[in-house]
Amino acid sequence: MSLLVVDRLNKRFGGVWAARAVSFSLEAGELLAVIGPNGAGKSTTFGMVGGQVEPDSGAVVLAGEAITGLPSREIWRKGVGRTFQVAQTFVSMTVAENVQMALVSRRGGTRNLVADTRALHREEALALLDGVGMRADADRPVSELAYGDVKRVELAVALAAAPKLLLMDEPTAGMASKERAGLMELTARVARARRIGVLFTEHDMDAVFAHADRILVLVRGEIIAAGTPEEIRRDARVKRAYLGETGTKAALRARREAVAP
Amino acid sequence: MDLSFLATQALSGLASASSLFVIASGLSIVFGVTRIVNFAHGSLYMLGAYAAVTIVPRLLDVSYSPWMFFLGVLASAVAVGLVGVTIEVVLLRRIYRAPELFQLLATFGVVLIVQDVVLKVWGPVDIPGPRAPGLRHGVEILGERFPAYEVFLIVVGPMVLALLWLLMHRTRFGVLVRAATQDREMVGALGVNQALLFTATLFLGAFLAGLGGALQIPRVPASAQMDTAVITEAFVVTVIGGMGSVPGAFLASLIIGQLQAFGILVFPKVTLVLVFLLMAAVLVVKPYGLLGRPAAAGHAVAPEGILSLAHFGRTESLLAALAVAALLAVPLIGDAYTTKVAIEVMVFALAAFSLQFLMGVGGLVSFGHAAYFGIGAYAAGLLATGPLKLPMEAAIPLAPVFAGAGAALFGFFVVRLSGIYLAMLTLAFAQIVHAVCFQWVEVTGGDNGVVGVWPPAWAGNREAYFYVVALPTLAAILFLRRAIYAPFGYTLRAARDSATRADAIGIDVRSHRWLGFTLAGAAAGLAGGLYAFSKGSIDPTMVSIPMSVDFLVMVLVGGIRTVAGPLVGAASFHALKDFFMPLTDFWRLFLGASIIAMVLLFPRGVVGAAEGLRGRMRRRRGPAVARPA
Repeated sequence: MSLLVVDRLNKRFGGVWAARAVSFSLEAGELLAVIGPNGAGKSTTFGMVGGQVEPDSGAVVLAGEAITGLPSREIWRKGVGRTFQVAQTFVSMTVAENVQMALVSRRGGTRNLVADTRALHREEALALLDGVGMRADADRPVSELAYGDVKRVELAVALAAAPKLLLMDEPTAGMASKERAGLMELTARVARARRIGVLFTEHDMDAVFAHADRILVLVRGEIIAAGTPEEIRRDARVKRAYLGETGTKAALRARREAVAP
Repeated sequence: MDLSFLATQALSGLASASSLFVIASGLSIVFGVTRIVNFAHGSLYMLGAYAAVTIVPRLLDVSYSPWMFFLGVLASAVAVGLVGVTIEVVLLRRIYRAPELFQLLATFGVVLIVQDVVLKVWGPVDIPGPRAPGLRHGVEILGERFPAYEVFLIVVGPMVLALLWLLMHRTRFGVLVRAATQDREMVGALGVNQALLFTATLFLGAFLAGLGGALQIPRVPASAQMDTAVITEAFVVTVIGGMGSVPGAFLASLIIGQLQAFGILVFPKVTLVLVFLLMAAVLVVKPYGLLGRPAAAGHAVAPEGILSLAHFGRTESLLAALAVAALLAVPLIGDAYTTKVAIEVMVFALAAFSLQFLMGVGGLVSFGHAAYFGIGAYAAGLLATGPLKLPMEAAIPLAPVFAGAGAALFGFFVVRLSGIYLAMLTLAFAQIVHAVCFQWVEVTGGDNGVVGVWPPAWAGNREAYFYVVALPTLAAILFLRRAIYAPFGYTLRAARDSATRADAIGIDVRSHRWLGFTLAGAAAGLAGGLYAFSKGSIDPTMVSIPMSVDFLVMVLVGGIRTVAGPLVGAASFHALKDFFMPLTDFWRLFLGASIIAMVLLFPRGVVGAAEGLRGRMRRRRGPAVARPA
């Protein structure tokens, strides 16, 4: 059974099809990238899986259970962690507290009126931060961190619920190129080790072709191609619609570098 | 009720709708462009009326003609427009980027100043205006006489709407106003002279307010209470219509005019409540009003509120313990007057702290926190003096229960909104409570309130009652403080920092905000109950807008970014007020000017400013130590 099955999702905004009969599936431990030009419907598709956007029709099934149209907090409880294009953190808290909040919520303790929050699930939070290389910064305010580090914290928060599926909307947007590679490698390593499926959108083709197991190409709300990075790179329609000639070369180079060492 | 009666009733509804629209359209235009909810709009309306009763009779002395009358009305409106320009240049220009709360408070500072100025210039007695020449007769409508001036007013509304439409669609200024209403940043980026645009907008808005006021003089005399009465109605109109939308304001004015005209036949006492219920219903279904649109997302700003939860170190704990010990010793060493002030300070400290819980932690800027303070006071007072004749020992514990229930009811609607709409709705609910306390005379005693809310004999003297107040207030403050550091407080702060992230880690933002609102309301209610028994009476000032503003000022004086700030704020504000108020006839002017000065100079409050100073000193000292010898 696939971890995630998306079946013929449709979404219209006025006269524009943001998603039209979008179907795909994702296995545990697999990294699936959704690429496409601006306005192709990537974020909409994403929102429909994550519960931020309600589809007009179609179904989203997670590990055999329909989650279509559930609010995102319910979807989180079913095992879906999420990061955002512009990192969303609790800016008035420390790094550790951000992760602790997710752990408190996971255990249903958000209405506790007396406990000292700083002491709750601290070891577990530190372990999660260790996993993303942020343990040393645990007690710094998250507002002081460099953006790349904020993204790592966000990943730790998303992992706090031991998710089956990670949704990452442009995980490397706004980061320096060196930080990008690091974050994607980290994500891929964690996902494969814990058998977490990762669905991500990305504009950075290096990141996509280096780490994705499969790629979906979305243009004007429709999937025009799906396959391994190798197949997508060779696909003439994708070349025309999105990658272009130089993009194809870059994709090839990225793949070589990722596979070679 | 025959047909002719219904017809005249509908017509008078149309006439008041027209008047309301003229005022509300100005408020809406100003909000659309500047994003400031101008509390002083009601004051401008009042100034329009006072200017007209001063100017128009003089012109009519020169020549008694309708032309002179309308010339006077227009001249008054222009004069008020110039007052608006002054307000923009002196004040608003400096706070366009400030948080909404500061903007609201600063414009409320203007309200206070204008009130005292009006009293000084025109005196406390209402001034009736002349009737309009040529429009003094009545016209026959289905056999009923209907004043001609009202017919004229009915025409004014659509006329102003048409003129505004032409202005907005046929002039460069209008295009810029509409563009700024949609996306202020973009208009700035396109090289438009924003200062000029904003000043001109303020002139237009103030002109409309002044026109609205001046047109009223044949119907109602100019009085010093006109401002607050009209501003709540104008708020309701703009919120229902959609803030920034002129056609929306027109539509909402028509609905409210009719609702009032016919509501008064069915529920003569609760027309105001009907209006506010309509507003609540509209906002729940259409959170941006009937014709409003959400504003373009501006640049991200850090949330206004507690940003870092510093824990008490040994010094702070010691200082806090000393302060509590000193407080508890007040009745033993201080005189009766000091004890009385100390009791009030404790009560207000709890109320301000509960407001801080809502604003600083939850990010919910309540502009009507007096509602829950007042419900607590009235519940305690009426339970003690009403048919039940409950003893104080039972009445005070029930105060937070009633206030919490009220907060739960109102909060259900409030937490569905955010930002300025949320502030407006809390204000509206507070006005409902005020209206009920004011109008339900048989039960609440109306304007006079109820006296005889006294503690039993054992707590009868001030010293004993001091401890009756001290124990629950200290306990409640400690409990709320604990909750701020507990997961519940963290959850509220998480939802404030990023509702998106909170939602994505499984937090039901709305239900937590609702619980927070209820808890804060209950705490304010406890303060209200204690206050009622310390005063020995209850009256509608305990639920009034100025009371809500006092609480806000206490939070701001202390510093909205600190946990303990509101306590310092309540103590210093109340002590100052108590000291200065008997000394001056211009307390409101003084308070208004202080609020404005505070918003401009110390937006982070006393405690915030002290912390900033400490941080700066530490930084200055820091490198000197670190530098190698």
